[in-house]
Amino acid sequence: MRHDLFFDVAHLLAGGLVLMSFLMLYQDRLYALINVFAGHAIVLTLSVAWQAYVQDAPHLYVTAFIALGFKAIIIPIALHRIVERLGIHREIETVLNIGLTMLGGIGLVALSVVVMLRVAPGGDPLAREDLAFALSVVLLGLLMMVSRRNAVSQVIGFMSLENGLILAATGAKGMPLVVEISVAFSVLIAFIVIGIFLFRIRERFDTVDIQALDSFRGEIE
Amino acid sequence: MTLIALLWCIAAWLGLSVFAVVVARTAIVGTIVYAACLAIGMLGLSAGLEHLIAATAPAETIILPLGLPWLGANFRLDNLSAFFVLVVDLGAATASLYALGYGRHESEQHRVLPFYPAFLAAMNLVVLADDAFTFLVSWELMSLVSWALVVAHHHDRENIRAGYVYLLMASFGTVALLLAFGLLAGPEGSYAFAELRLHPPSETLAAAVLALTIVGTGSKAGLIPLHVWLPLAHPAAPSHVSALMSGVMTKVAVYAFIRIVFTFLGPPQWWWALPVLIAGAASAVIGVLYALNQSDLKKLLAYSTIDNIGVIFIGLGLALAFQTNALGAAAALAMAAALLHVFNHALFKSLLFFGAGAVLTSTGERNLERLGGLIHTMPVTAFLFLLASMAICALPPLNGFVSEWLTFQAVLISPQLPQWSLRLIVPAVGAMLALAAALTAACFVKAFGFAFLGRPRSDVAKRAVETDTFSLAGMFSLGALCLFIGILPGFVIDRLAPVTQFLLSARLPVQADVPWLSIIPISEGRSSYNGLLVFLFILISSLGAVLVIHTFASRKVRRSAAWDCGFPDPRPVTQYSADSFVQPLRRVYGTLVFLAREKVQMPTPGEMSPARFTVTMQDLAWRLIYSPIVHAVEFSAERLNVLQFMTIRRYLALVFSALIFLLIVLASWT
Repeated sequence: MRHDLFFDVAHLLAGGLVLMSFLMLYQDRLYALINVFAGHAIVLTLSVAWQAYVQDAPHLYVTAFIALGFKAIIIPIALHRIVERLGIHREIETVLNIGLTMLGGIGLVALSVVVMLRVAPGGDPLAREDLAFALSVVLLGLLMMVSRRNAVSQVIGFMSLENGLILAATGAKGMPLVVEISVAFSVLIAFIVIGIFLFRIRERFDTVDIQALDSFRGEIE
Repeated sequence: MTLIALLWCIAAWLGLSVFAVVVARTAIVGTIVYAACLAIGMLGLSAGLEHLIAATAPAETIILPLGLPWLGANFRLDNLSAFFVLVVDLGAATASLYALGYGRHESEQHRVLPFYPAFLAAMNLVVLADDAFTFLVSWELMSLVSWALVVAHHHDRENIRAGYVYLLMASFGTVALLLAFGLLAGPEGSYAFAELRLHPPSETLAAAVLALTIVGTGSKAGLIPLHVWLPLAHPAAPSHVSALMSGVMTKVAVYAFIRIVFTFLGPPQWWWALPVLIAGAASAVIGVLYALNQSDLKKLLAYSTIDNIGVIFIGLGLALAFQTNALGAAAALAMAAALLHVFNHALFKSLLFFGAGAVLTSTGERNLERLGGLIHTMPVTAFLFLLASMAICALPPLNGFVSEWLTFQAVLISPQLPQWSLRLIVPAVGAMLALAAALTAACFVKAFGFAFLGRPRSDVAKRAVETDTFSLAGMFSLGALCLFIGILPGFVIDRLAPVTQFLLSARLPVQADVPWLSIIPISEGRSSYNGLLVFLFILISSLGAVLVIHTFASRKVRRSAAWDCGFPDPRPVTQYSADSFVQPLRRVYGTLVFLAREKVQMPTPGEMSPARFTVTMQDLAWRLIYSPIVHAVEFSAERLNVLQFMTIRRYLALVFSALIFLLIVLASWT
């Protein structure tokens, strides 16, 4: 009985993360997107913490704490400030319309579930479901990066992709803490680099729409 | 012991290379390097000869701790490799002797010296290698080093292009060989030749390996249609290197073919002979037709190499055909003919290239239309060049005759073959071989006649002087060997017996037992040849004729005003030109084979411009095979250019769609 409960809660939290990804895809305002991203990180924190409890692996609490600290608090606040300081146009320009993007996202989730069922038929169901959701989160993050023109939303897409990776990593038992911490730090550094990059774009081109970069290279779409 | 000596020779050559890199720009170093190469070459030569003469000597193997850690570098000296060591090192020694003189005229000495010893070492390494890894590394080393020698005179744009085409074709050939060894090694990855010998591949696999081997070694040897690089690259190198590339390196490719097809593939299928015979016959005829149409002396020689490689491959194809049908003696005959032609071609082609090099240093010209009359100024070179020309034309009593005669003897056994397709095709191949031999004679009448006879066609030809002693010594040693083998072929054929014994478990009858120094390849009632007798007959009859003519016919010396004999204009341009010489043959064959077209532009009456005669020829191999490939590569490269200038988002989209595609493949994989 107890095992069923573990499985159901983990399933619920991972599914929640996928749902949050869809919520992010749906947003067309920057502030709202950042807030949903913070929510995304909180769900991730809960999921990791639950895995730590289930697997009785105290080092996963550290991972959860890092996720909460960086992803749910520091990065959203920093992004808010960037948006404010740069006075970015707060509407998100999409390449495809949002409905189609959502439909594509549903397709991706279906694809990742099918792939996972095919690839690991004999695996531990808990890990397998977790991996299917993690793969969906990664693919949705990529879809977000591909379908948005705005640099800030691309950054957020990247961060949510990384959340998917953490979910996958914690689902697999025996992932060393060092690896998780280094992944977390590399994401932080990527965030800093991209942040500086944003400021530079802003200084040069007076906009963070990455189309400006393309037009600077002489290749207006 | 012999193998160790040979490996030390290779090490010494490689050391010499390094030495030459360090001090290449000093004047004396050329002499040192070539003299050392000569000494090492003689050593290697005697080592190979010793192993071959001690007919029962067992194969020697050594594993050096180099290369792949679980394999090491395997080397082996058996009868086959001993024979090819002999060919390679004989070429190396004579080329070094020749270069002692020729090298002094070299303007880019520092670009030649470091690579020359390494080239010699690499060819030896290929022949001695006993695992696929060592073999391929040595093969690539040989290609790369010879490429460096081809582009030694890199200020000439033509040479750069030649080097580029060579590099492409060499890489292509190596890829084919790499795949062939991959198939041979199988999933276990046993790359040592010892294991390949024990586990012959299945029938279909063997066919694939055969195809890859023909492509891989044929591209190095110059089989048509893989020959395109050869006439560009061989003449571009300095002459002693041209001699090595044409005379020796192509033979290393022949070695690779024999090694893979005759020792790794197990018992042959009857149809294996077909592609080999057809490629050989096509190369023989088309190669010599190309050669005929060249007026560049070194290019002519390079094309004639294609012809001779064709003759060798015909012999190998016959050997395969006979071996399938358990006609051991006939297979041994065909193989001995091929091997003897390998040796002979190394001799006379090197000699011809040396002669061309001597002409080049003396006049600075390779164009036959600007040479002529050199027999008066360079008599020794002319005599030796004539000797080699007669040998390559397969005239008795020289060595070329012996090997081509043996090949024909093998062709004549073909009615004993049970397969109808082989019975039909072998006589056709024989006819092609005869045609090639006749055309070769025409080709070398042209090469010798227009370079050495007649009146000088340019000032440089008039001012030519005889070349130096070392060059002459190098040429003389080869010429003497040509004559020796031609007169006493039985001695050499007996030395080939261990090789055919090793490859086919059969041998020709012992020729030393035959009285009067004749050779009898099959049986006395069938055919025999006595080189000594032919030599003595030619010697006595021609001396007699000379004596008679000089005593009786030209006894009365008359001096009178020269009857102009259609020669009223004393300028040399009125002489018959090399191009005119081949026009009839070009009209017969070239219209079909090269799409040769002649165009005459006559000025209208009253116009002052000269009449013009232009000939256009096309290389069908370029037109039908290489140009389409080049166009396809260019077209796709043009299309893919778009990828270079995309937005970040599009790059991400590309990665994303690739990922999705792979996941879908994974999901639908059952």
